Amino acid sequence: MKVSRSPLPYNPKILELFRNPKNLGKMEDATISAVAGNPVCGDMITFYLKIDEKDVIEKASFESYGCAANIATSSIVTEMIKGLKLEDAWKIQYKSVAESVGGLPTIKFHCGILAVGALKRAIRKYYEKKGTCPSWLQKEPSFEEKQALEEEELARALSKRMKTEEKNNAGPLQNP
Amino acid sequence: MIDNVKELLKAHEGLKHEVYLDSENSSTVPDEVIQAMIPYYNLRAFGNPTLTHKPGWEAYETIMESTQKIADFVGCRTLEEINFTPGETEADNLALMGTTLSKGAKGGKIIISEVEPLGVLNVAEMLQKRGFMLTKIPVDAEGFINLEKLKEAVDKETVLVSLSTVNHEIGTIQPIREAVKVVKEGNPETIFHTDASDAYGRVPFNVQDLGVDLASLSSYKILGPRGMGALYVKEHVNVERILEGQVGTQRLWPGVENTPLIVGFAKASELAFTDFEENVAHMRKLRDKLIDGITVVIKDVLLNGPAGSRRAPDNVNLSFLRCEGEALTIELSLKGVYVSSGSACSRRLLQPSHVLVAIGRKFDQAHGSILMKVTRIHTEEDINYALKVIPTAVQRIRGITGSTGVE
Repeated sequence: MKVSRSPLPYNPKILELFRNPKNLGKMEDATISAVAGNPVCGDMITFYLKIDEKDVIEKASFESYGCAANIATSSIVTEMIKGLKLEDAWKIQYKSVAESVGGLPTIKFHCGILAVGALKRAIRKYYEKKGTCPSWLQKEPSFEEKQALEEEELARALSKRMKTEEKNNAGPLQNP
Repeated sequence: MIDNVKELLKAHEGLKHEVYLDSENSSTVPDEVIQAMIPYYNLRAFGNPTLTHKPGWEAYETIMESTQKIADFVGCRTLEEINFTPGETEADNLALMGTTLSKGAKGGKIIISEVEPLGVLNVAEMLQKRGFMLTKIPVDAEGFINLEKLKEAVDKETVLVSLSTVNHEIGTIQPIREAVKVVKEGNPETIFHTDASDAYGRVPFNVQDLGVDLASLSSYKILGPRGMGALYVKEHVNVERILEGQVGTQRLWPGVENTPLIVGFAKASELAFTDFEENVAHMRKLRDKLIDGITVVIKDVLLNGPAGSRRAPDNVNLSFLRCEGEALTIELSLKGVYVSSGSACSRRLLQPSHVLVAIGRKFDQAHGSILMKVTRIHTEEDINYALKVIPTAVQRIRGITGSTGVE
């Protein structure tokens, strides 16, 4: 388990969104909410969407347990999707989110992916709840949903592995 | 990238107060130390200490006098026991590789703890890949090594045990004397190394009292210049070089001696050990002021590591629940308080600090951890300013977290 660090020169846009995030906080009258990530990863986002009867996002908000990149990308996604039809919101990809925040350090790409993953989960959840499935909504999980799932599984595996290691260390030591 | 950094720095303009509390990761060098070093760049002793001319002999004299000071502070028997290296990491690498490989790389067992610094942990894991057995001794909830497990682990195959005197992240002062006793009773041939970088100049540390064979020291951790450290090697203990080249006065580290840095390291040591008791009392006072000041005002804070006299006098490590560490370090930086975090987000991989995981902190507790170190040059005003800024910063980051992750 090698742990390394690399410089994180966040750009001015990320810094601004970190200092003054838009659409922050739990939405009491949300139509739907969805979570992506896991506190184990140190990265977790909750999205709240208020959707009208025409499937248009009236407003969006977020909460984030995560780093500056996580906060900035979540914030920008809530701005990007406001007023969009769900069909158009679904087309958003993490690449355009990363571009909108002026670029992400490579090791923070997953933050942008997670933000879009949470959005897509919310959209999927909305239609599941509604009991309909529009033709544009792919059955297969999108790239971002898959990535979010992978990160969560990794986190679970990691905490499981840690627990196993703990147990092994607690047991009697044996020489191979 | 560089433009982004310029903008980040611009965001810090106009700060009226700044407090640097990150001497775990690098440190400021007090003016007295810099002044002591300057003449050795261009006025005297700039020669190579092994050469036959005046600047060379001056360098030899200077290096030996500096070595004598450090040797005295740690209780060496001879000057040759101090070997300068470019830092703690290099000293640790030399200790681990220089002893195991000197045995002909035939294998054997290496024992470390779960909470060693990466200079020890990563090298031990590298040696494991090359055929050595590796046992990691568990620690308790305060980070203390389990001496029973150590006793069970030491056997006739054990070539090396490496346990830090003071944990670099959570300040646990380990029972090294007892650990040495346990190891030597189990196998008198086993070499005992301790990374003493976080003990030197802050807790009583004497190689003869403790009975260790090898000890790593770091210059910047006592406010000396970076790029300098030392490995104490007890007389007659066999350590081999891990780098080859022109060997000079430093038998275990080839290359041209860095006389000004050696002088700076010795000067910083002198300043730490002159009025040692007062310095330690001062650090302990500031440490407790910081810990108490934070925990009284902020809810849901965990102290990582032991409290009181079993904790290093300089170490403050707190976990703020529902508060992501990297975000908090940036928020604090914008207010002029510089700290580091054990969060995964401030590192490259998802794993948070292995030390915090080893003491049983859950991942989300580790992600919200902040490490601060006070030094002998910090003032009450510095701590007051940190105490003014930290609660507001934690409150804001917790506000972003909101209900996310709350079960």
